[in-house]
Order: sequence, then C-alpha cells, then structure tokens
Amino acid sequence: MTRSMMARGLLTFCLLRALGGWVPWVAVSGLLTSPVVTANEDTAVFAAATNSLKTATLNEMEKAVEELAAVHDPRVPQVLKALLEGRLYYTKDAGRMVYAAATADGFEITDVISGGKIGTVEKFAIKKVAINNTLRASLNQLIARLELSVGDPAQRLSAVKAMSKTIAPESALLLRQQLTVEQDKSVREAIRTALALADIASADKDARLKAIENLKGNLDPEVYNRLNALLEKDQDFFIEPDADIRNAAEAVIKNISFKLQLYRLAETAFFGLSLGAVLVLSAIGLAITFGVMGVINMAHGELMMLGAYTTYVVQLLMPQHIDLSLFVAIPAAFILAGLFGIAIERGIIRFLYGRPLETLLATFGVSLFLQQLVRSLFSPLNRSVVTPAWMSGSVEINSVLSLTLNRFYIIVFSVLVFLALLSVLNKTRLGLEVRAVAQNRSMAKAMGVRTGWVDAMTFGLGSGVAGVAGVALSQLTNVGPNLGQAYIVDSFMVVVFGGVGNLWGTLVAGLSLGIANKFLEPYAGAVLAKILLLVFIIIFIQKRPRGLFPQRGRAAEG
Amino acid sequence: MRWHERIAGDRGDKLLLSVLAAVTVLVPLLNLAVPATSSLHLSTYTVTLLGKYMSYALLALSVDLIWGYGGILSLGHGAFFALGGYAMGMHLMRQIGERGVYGNPVLPDFMVFLNWQELPWYWFGFDHFAFAMLMVALLPGALALGFGWLAFRSRVTGVYLSIITQALTYALMLAFFRNEMGFGGNNGLTDFKDILGFNLQADGTRAAIFIITALFLALGYLACRLIVGSKLGRVVVAIRDAEARTRFIGYKVEWFKLWIFVFSAVIAGIAGALYVPQVGIINPSEFSPLNSLELVIWVAIGGRATLYGAVIGAILVNYAKTVFTAAFPEIWLFALGALFVLVTLFLPEGLAGLLRRREEPAT
Repeated sequence: MTRSMMARGLLTFCLLRALGGWVPWVAVSGLLTSPVVTANEDTAVFAAATNSLKTATLNEMEKAVEELAAVHDPRVPQVLKALLEGRLYYTKDAGRMVYAAATADGFEITDVISGGKIGTVEKFAIKKVAINNTLRASLNQLIARLELSVGDPAQRLSAVKAMSKTIAPESALLLRQQLTVEQDKSVREAIRTALALADIASADKDARLKAIENLKGNLDPEVYNRLNALLEKDQDFFIEPDADIRNAAEAVIKNISFKLQLYRLAETAFFGLSLGAVLVLSAIGLAITFGVMGVINMAHGELMMLGAYTTYVVQLLMPQHIDLSLFVAIPAAFILAGLFGIAIERGIIRFLYGRPLETLLATFGVSLFLQQLVRSLFSPLNRSVVTPAWMSGSVEINSVLSLTLNRFYIIVFSVLVFLALLSVLNKTRLGLEVRAVAQNRSMAKAMGVRTGWVDAMTFGLGSGVAGVAGVALSQLTNVGPNLGQAYIVDSFMVVVFGGVGNLWGTLVAGLSLGIANKFLEPYAGAVLAKILLLVFIIIFIQKRPRGLFPQRGRAAEG
Repeated sequence: MRWHERIAGDRGDKLLLSVLAAVTVLVPLLNLAVPATSSLHLSTYTVTLLGKYMSYALLALSVDLIWGYGGILSLGHGAFFALGGYAMGMHLMRQIGERGVYGNPVLPDFMVFLNWQELPWYWFGFDHFAFAMLMVALLPGALALGFGWLAFRSRVTGVYLSIITQALTYALMLAFFRNEMGFGGNNGLTDFKDILGFNLQADGTRAAIFIITALFLALGYLACRLIVGSKLGRVVVAIRDAEARTRFIGYKVEWFKLWIFVFSAVIAGIAGALYVPQVGIINPSEFSPLNSLELVIWVAIGGRATLYGAVIGAILVNYAKTVFTAAFPEIWLFALGALFVLVTLFLPEGLAGLLRRREEPAT
C-alpha cells in the first residue's frame, strides 16, 4: 500500500463525508427524499418542463421528455425515473405534478416541484402520466446519461456501478462517451471496469482477452464473480467453450486472489496492531510502577477504570462539546489517576517496600475498594461513553481494505504516550532521579535525591498513564466496574514478556502479542488464541525468566 | 521429637482439633436428632454452609503450606481446587443417568443440547467412583507437577511466579468457559442427583458429607503438621528464608519446592471435590483470579505459617462474607478491600500473631 493510495483513500473519504448530507438524494436510490433548494428561475424552468408532460399526447411525449432531460436540474432524473416506473401522476383538480405511492387507504402523494408531502388521496383524484414501450427504452437511456453527466463524482460513481451490474450495449456506448470527458479518477476507474466487464460478454475473442487482461489486479467483487463465472461447469462441460479465455481468466483470478490475500493480511495486521496498541497503553503505566519501581500494583486496572469513568463524567459535564471532550478528559484522567496513585503510594505501598507479596495483596485490596466505589457512585451497569464524530467512521483504502478510524487513532495515541513517557524518563530531571533510585536507592539517597518524593512521583506518573489509557479504552470497550480486571492479567503478561524495567520491551511485547493474537484468531477462535498466548508466555517465562529484553549489569541483581 | 509429639504438640493444634471434633459430633446431632421445632435444631442449610466453610478451610491449609512455609505465593490455587471440583462434578454428572432433562442414559444434558453424539474420551471412567476419586487427586497433582517442574527448574520465583500462576488460572478459566471443551461451558456442571446411591438433597447425606469433610480437614491438618515438623518441612522453611543459601548447602531446592507444591495442589483438589456435592454446582468462575486472591487473604488474616491460622481465617472471612453479602451487599467489597490493606499493613502475622502477642506480652 503506497502513501499516495492512502492519501487518495483519505481524500475520497473526506469528500464522501462532506457530501454526506445530500448523497442519499442520488437518483439511483430512487427515493423520494430531501427537497433541493435552487434558484427561483431554475425551478420555474423545471416546473414548466415537468408540467408539459401532463399535457403532451403520447406522440409529443418523446419531445417533452427530451426537453425535460435538457433542463439542468438535480430533480430531473428523479422525475424521469418516476415516469418510467409509473409513479408520476397529476392531481385532477389543480393539475399539480405528484409522485404517488399506493397505500392501504389510497395514494400518498408528494409534490414533484417542492418535494413536500401533500397527503393521502383517493384513486380518482389523480391521473397517471402514461407512457409506451418506445418511450421506455429512450427513458432508460436518458436516465443513465443524466446520472453520468450531472452531479458530483460520488453520484457518478454509483451510477457507473449500477450500470456495470447489468450491462447493455447501449449503456456501454454511453460509458465510452463519458470516459472521454470524465475527470474524476475513481469514476474513470469504475467506467473502465464496467467496460471491460461488458467486453467479456461480447463476441470478439481479442476484445474479450484484452478485457480480461485489463481486469488484472481489480479488486471489485463484481469482477471476481464475473471471472469465476467464466470457469463454471455445467455438468462436465465448461459453460465457456474457449479454452484461451478460460486460461486467461484463471490467471487473472489467481492474481486477484493473491492481492485479496495480501490486503486481508494487511487488515489483520492492522487489527493486531491496534490490539497491540491497547495492550501497550494498558501495560505502559505498569512498566513504570512494576518495571522501574518493582512494585506490583494490582490496582493498576482500576486506575484505568477511573480514567474511563473520568471520560464519562467529562462528557456528562459538556454534552454540547462531545468532539472536544476527549481533549479535556485526557489531562483530567491523568491528574485524577495520578493523585489516586500518589495517595496509594504514600498511604500504603511506602510501608511495604521490600515485601513484594504483601504489596501485591494490599494493592489488590485497593482494587476491590475502587471497584466497589465506582459501583456505588455510578452503578454496577456499564455506562455509555460517546465516540466523538471525528473518531467514528472508517477510511476505505479499497473495496477490500477499510480501516476504522478509532483504531487508527488508538495506535497513534499509544505511540504518542510511549514517546512522551520515554522522553520524560530519559530527558527530564525527574526521569534521571527515577532511574537513579531504581538502580541504587541508597546511593541515590546519598547523592541528595529525595527518594520518598521520587517514589511518589514515579508511582503518580505510572498511575496517571494508566488513567490516560483508560480514556482510550473508553472508546473501545464498555465502561463498567470490571473494566480494569479484564486488562490486568494481560498487562502483567506484556510487562513480564517484554522484560522488567524496559519501556522498549513493553512496546515490542505489546505489539507482537496483539498481532500474534489477531493472526491466531481466524484459526483458533478468539478465546483459544488468548489461551494459546497465555500458555506461550508461561512457557517463555520458564525459558527466559527476565523477559525479552532483560536488564543487564548491577540493576539486574536487585 | 517423635511423630505423635509432633502432632498436636502445639496448644493451637490441640484447641483446633478438639473444637473440630466437637463440631463434627454436635452439628449432625443437632441437625438430625433434635426435632425441627426445638430452638437447638440446626437447619440443613446451616450444616451445608458449615461443610462449605470446612472445605474452604482445607483449601486455605494447602495455601498456608506453600505460602506460609514454602514462601511460594500461588495466585492460582483456585485452579487446583476447581479441577478437583470438576473431577467430582463429572462423576456426579454421570450418576444422573437417565434422569436428566433429555433422558439420555450416557450423555449429560449439556452434551445432548450441543448435539454431541458420544461421550468424549476424557469422560470415560468417571462413572466409577474410585476412578473419579483418583482423578480428584491426580488431575491437580499432574497440573502442579508439570507447571511446577517448568517453573521451579528455571528458578521463576517471587512475584513472577505469582503472576504466572495467575495467568495459569486465568487461561484455564477462559478454556473452561468454552462449550467445545466438553465441561458444560458457562453453566458448568450442576443438577446433581445422588452420590453412591444416596440422594444428595437428603438431610442424612448432607450430614454424612459434613462429617467426611470434617474428617478430611482433620486429616489434612495432621498431614500438614507432620510435614512442617519433619526434616523435609524444615528444608522447605529454609528455602523460604534463604533460597540461595539452602541451594549452596547442597539441597536440591527445585525438588523440595516441587514436592510441596504438588502435595498442596492435591489437598486443594480434595477440598474442591468436597465442596462440589455440598454447593451442588461447579462452574468456570471458580477458576477466576479473584477467587484465588481471596483465598490468599483468608490465610493472611488467619496468620501465615501456623496452619490453624489458615483454618480460622478461612472460616471467619467466609462467615463474614455470608453475613455481609446477605445484609449489606454494597459493603462487602469495601470490607474485603479494607481487610487486604489493614491486614498487610498492621497485622502481618494475622490473627494468630495477635493471639501470640497476647500470650507473650514480654516481647
């Protein structure tokens, strides 16, 4: 996947979203929807052309229709479609042009000019605009041409896609005309595909072979189905008699399947990466408290839960600005979880240094306490956290690969958090002191480092990061009192697997576990994949008790 | 010290064993012989509840043995308990026979429901009581042997060991939640009818199981006391206090740890097997890491490395749990959380330590 493709995908995506408000109008859908505001004189021309339909005789109809088609108005395809489908009527009393849909008590009618609903009337109150078969054929043509030539690229794209399903010789002609004037890249691509598909159905062998060759690497599912259809057998005989065509089709199918697999692989890798990012986020705070300080904090998961609930509360406080809520929630969660962390360190852990098993039990008690606190304050039920608009949706790279935006942002976010932590530890005075205390407490103390203060700050930092991870998790999973428990075992596994006291180890371990999990899932199922990984880590720890990236030197002796 | 002096040599031991003996005789008597109208009558519910506490006490003993004496904090001991429970549950399941909802003589209800045609191979033999009882000890023992051999041989110690034992029970929980495993998935094994031909709901059977549980608790207690008083037990304590030094003296530290770990797992398995017929169900939530952590706190509250502390702690905490979850369900987790914190901070030797301090005010 190249960068330009990615950019193009993003661009199309943005375009689609910008048009989101009135794309449903697209004539292909044939829905009676949203009135479009146009200038008055346009409406007058449109109204006149439409009204001429009801006065025209069948002979004059052809001309009237063509005149209507020549009016440059987005409502025109809709009218022609209704005419073709026999839904175009006019009221007998006022002579208003209406769309009519049969209901149980009569006909529900909608004004053609304004698009407004009028109400339900009896059958005798309206009269259908009649057409004949010759008119039907030319209407089909006109509609297709209109849809191709007017409107925005997205509209044209869907028109082409609709045509390529049941391609007729005359529409192929239309498409060829359009290809010469079409500017938009994706529409041109779609037209080429449609034409190639049309050529496959033609009688000329060279044209067919060339068409098949042109479809190489095309990921449109329609193409894949059509090519596969060429290889189908009717009992013992191939439906397609020509062996050359069959061979060519087979080669192209192989090429397409290979590409499909590649994109599926990329998709799995993306899912794995996003799961890995979540693991890294949830484990990285632990990498500081457990990895650097050697404190087992079983309440780590509950600190993440606090972060998630902070998001919930922030959104409650600013319901008008959901889009901004996360930017408020991140620092808020950091401070809240950090303060809780400092309180836990000063109140409990401080007295238990050097007794890791007791620390484990005491912090577990804290975790139970926090869980129940949340249960009593909010509710035992899950709370719903809203995903801001800019985080929902997905980027469609092509018809096979689409990346959900929230996962994408989680990956970016976890990388940012990782880099921030890394620079805090390596570039700031606090980081220096933290590392000094971790390596040799008494020596650091002798050099004038306030070890107690450093302990509290380190623990606060690790806890704050847990809170920030909670904000990210609130966008992915249910926010409930058990949120922390679901992640605590995983986070410990990541830290232990990566090697204690090493942030890079945590990153590598988290990402590789996430990716391995997602690649195992299709074969083993979600639960079994997780079990397999746990068993793998249990065995791995036996082989390398100090993880992937063990600490060396004096620090390792501690 | 001769063996009979070792047993019941301590004052705590004597007190505990005599209270246990009195309870074992009195409770079934008050339940069966005293008419229901009398105020002295104990309901069958109470008997079962006490029996449940005693199976927990046996489980706590097994944890005290490895944590209190061996210094190995296992956060996955619930897994051995649950495995023993599942072995018993599988036997009870096979005893249901045609009385299940679907009336299949061979397959348990949940397998019929999953449309399975025949019994999986690992269910064979569980219709025999003796085989099932063998499995109650063998399954947890084998798991502990395999896991312990790997862990102790590569010198995984301290919190690392605790965390991977937690991962072990977590992995087992996930596995047992799967329907494909053939252990009833989410619902586990339940709806038991009888054991060795006696109706499980009958008062007499309940009382009998209570007595058997009490006997096993006493036996387990004496066995643990014998072990910790023996030379083997003292080596284990030495390993707890100075592992490297013990190794340098020439003891094979791994083998001692492995032995005590496996023995403890077997006791936990037996406790699980006694637990299941009394509560009438075994499901994957028994594997949850929370359960294993909770039982560690029983021991911590009672007092480590005393054995009787574990028994007292298990019974007290569970009694408190029964009372609190019924009366103020909101408060229970607050109370449990506070217990964890307070005990580790202010009562490192547990209740037993408190008693000892009372006895020896001079120190």
